[in-house]
Amino acid sequence: MKSVIKNETAYSRRRFLKTLGGGVVVVFCLGELSFSSLFAQDSQLLEELDFNAYLRVKEDGRVDCFTGKIEMGQGIITSLAQVVAEELEVSIYDIDMIMGDTELCPYDAGTWGSLTTRFTDPVLRAAAAEAREVLLDLAAEHFGSNKTSLEVIQGVVVDKNDSSKKIAYAELTKGKKIVRSLTKKPELKKAKDFKLIGKPIRSLDAEAKVTGKAKYSGDIILPGMVHATIVRPEVFGSKKIKVDASKLSDFAGVQLVEKDNLIAVVHSDPEVSKQAANSIQVTWDAPVAKANQETIFQYLEDTIQDNKVFEKEGNLQLGKEVSTIYREATYHDGYKAHASIETHVATCYFEGDKITIWASTQSPFGTRSSVAKALQMPLEKVHIKQIFLGGGFGGKSNSQQSIEAATIAKLCGKPVQLVWSRKEEFMYDNFRTAAVVKVAGGTDSKGKLKVWDFDIYCAGTRGTELFYAIPNKRIRTFNQADVHPFGTGAWRAPGNNTTTFARESHVDIVAHAAGINPLDFRLNNLENKEMIATLQLAAKTFGYDKEKKPGYGYGIALGQDAGTLVAMIAEVFVDKETGEVQPIRIVCSQDMGQVVNPHGATLQTEGGITMGIGYALYEEIEFNGGEMKTTNFNRYEITRFSKTPKIECVFIDKMDAKPQGGGEPAIICVGAAIANAIFDACGARVYRMPITPERILAALS
Amino acid sequence: MKQINFTLNGKPLSLEVKCQESLLTVIRTYLEQTGTKYGCGLGECGACTVLVDKEPVRSCMILSEDIEGKEIISIEGLSTEGELHPLQTAFISHDALQCGFCTSGMIMNAFGFLLQNPNPSREKIIVGMESNLCRCGAYNRIVDAIQTAGKEMLKKVKL
Repeated sequence: MKSVIKNETAYSRRRFLKTLGGGVVVVFCLGELSFSSLFAQDSQLLEELDFNAYLRVKEDGRVDCFTGKIEMGQGIITSLAQVVAEELEVSIYDIDMIMGDTELCPYDAGTWGSLTTRFTDPVLRAAAAEAREVLLDLAAEHFGSNKTSLEVIQGVVVDKNDSSKKIAYAELTKGKKIVRSLTKKPELKKAKDFKLIGKPIRSLDAEAKVTGKAKYSGDIILPGMVHATIVRPEVFGSKKIKVDASKLSDFAGVQLVEKDNLIAVVHSDPEVSKQAANSIQVTWDAPVAKANQETIFQYLEDTIQDNKVFEKEGNLQLGKEVSTIYREATYHDGYKAHASIETHVATCYFEGDKITIWASTQSPFGTRSSVAKALQMPLEKVHIKQIFLGGGFGGKSNSQQSIEAATIAKLCGKPVQLVWSRKEEFMYDNFRTAAVVKVAGGTDSKGKLKVWDFDIYCAGTRGTELFYAIPNKRIRTFNQADVHPFGTGAWRAPGNNTTTFARESHVDIVAHAAGINPLDFRLNNLENKEMIATLQLAAKTFGYDKEKKPGYGYGIALGQDAGTLVAMIAEVFVDKETGEVQPIRIVCSQDMGQVVNPHGATLQTEGGITMGIGYALYEEIEFNGGEMKTTNFNRYEITRFSKTPKIECVFIDKMDAKPQGGGEPAIICVGAAIANAIFDACGARVYRMPITPERILAALS
Repeated sequence: MKQINFTLNGKPLSLEVKCQESLLTVIRTYLEQTGTKYGCGLGECGACTVLVDKEPVRSCMILSEDIEGKEIISIEGLSTEGELHPLQTAFISHDALQCGFCTSGMIMNAFGFLLQNPNPSREKIIVGMESNLCRCGAYNRIVDAIQTAGKEMLKKVKL
């Protein structure tokens, strides 16, 4: 894996330096420096990933910032510009973000895992700091002054001892081409000197988006372009046996495209393309259904035998014996869709033997590789362009639609646009997996947790390291390839939503059984000081001790994800007659280290909480084997205006610390915080998400 | 094929259509105004909302033959002479968006709603906007933005 990445890096750097105009350029690539030596950010991910940055101060004084990351609403188009502007001492509005273009930007594996702020951000800061030093050297030479007497104010270098000596970056870079590779750790600003980092900055792309000018992959219109419709089976994983396209002659100008299992029609009018595709009769060989949304949990438990021990300490039997309260429970979570409002889209054209693609993808470089492999083309013949994404949440990590569009374009010989319908989206989305978590936990007479046994089926171990001090514990994971009836994949904080739901529900159950309130119980069992502070901040902000009206309840959940600690407290109202839940208020406290853009972090937290209410209360894919019963939003309820509670986000103040993840962490606690609040409100303990009115009524009866 | 006449963003247009295509296809594909988005094709998400004779409608659910003589406004027609509409300004100042894909539909639905409900309460806005979906979770900010814009629009009328 490493060598592949190195090749891609070298290729993109060569290409970048070749196409470059004038100005001061800083190239930051690992290999010259080790990332951990620079930033001491511990992560096993560093073994596999590479972090690169290119920065150019142009001859007009504006700054191009090149990154392989993409913008999908998470706000890095703003926060990355913010750190570059900070170190370069220029206005944030003078920075142009060039993102996700495989010919202009440095290699990047993908925009996921809340990695950008943790890892790309420090690299760009370093590149910007280096560029500032180069510009200061040029200015010192220009004035014949000592560099130490110079300072930069909004892109203008000024001599502190002689105010007549000032020169703008634009003048310094004019007619020059200076390329600098970062070879030593540059001098980064200290938190006390920050002018931009830590300040709330509104989204820089908002105007483009409120005017309809922002371009998404389906907004690219190419001369002679045709719209493709793929003929899909009703059951996921079906193989085609026979195709009857005899009715296609009813549609003038339609072209049929067939390759292996792919059958598509193209036409310049998308509606004709759709109708023509509907006229094709395909006989499919469909796989036999093994489970539906009700039987899947037992199926997973029965089918998966292999397990791995993730964490183990002490003796479970001993822990059980010393426990005065011991509770066991099994938690279930159904499949969830990413349900971005933009479906998967790709628009592409061939020019000679080279293809250019605009695609809603979280991994432009991954898409380049996938398309090159599928069409047997060299990497340099595939160009993925910069484009906005209409949401991602992990669901746009694969490149299926790009491969399909590219294949069709090659076969039909025309520029192609492929927009998945919502129905296709609900079949080929890589869903968040259904999962089972079996938990046993016990506490002694003093309310100290003594034993914890946690078996996870299909949800992985992300975020499951115990932050409660428990002497006897075991965490195991059960997994098996191809056990799901359709594609599954990363869904905003993969697995962590499910396991946090199970852990924090169960901690609540044990606390209530011990007769201790869930806040005190958690504080009594935590050993991590940061987590204690995060929980205390949440409790204080929420006003946990304030009295509740009948029918209302409070619920707490703690979690960790992408280096960030989360404490959440939810207030809900439950109608005992109908089982309807109304989220009233959610407080989210996070320790995410240095908060680069508190406003952007707040948006991500609000977004995570709002999305999380959906998986907690409504979202569940209905299916029979590979046959999807859920095909549109009429059968897949996501959070709406009326179900959005009042949301308050607070952050632990740590401006000198390293920045941690912000896009995913908040969402992990929503399921458990809501579940625990529902119990507090009405006494219903529901072990399966989504926590629907029917399941609440069943738990009450 | 049938000739239809209508206006889009104040511009009179005459177009030959097949009748069964959606208004969304007319706007996005035939007229190349791509600010209006496809989200679900069933009128469930609201991303394709435009105004037809000042009423917010789901353009994916309207047949082209039914727009004869109608006055259509899409997101591209909201700002006048380069000046942003109060709703657009308020969406920016409240940062009432993330990925931006539902935003055109949100703004157009809000525009239609405010024309009929000047100076609405939060509760009324929530009811009026309930059928528009946002996966990024900007709802609370969208409500704030609509309240702010409603007040601005009233001021403009008074002037």
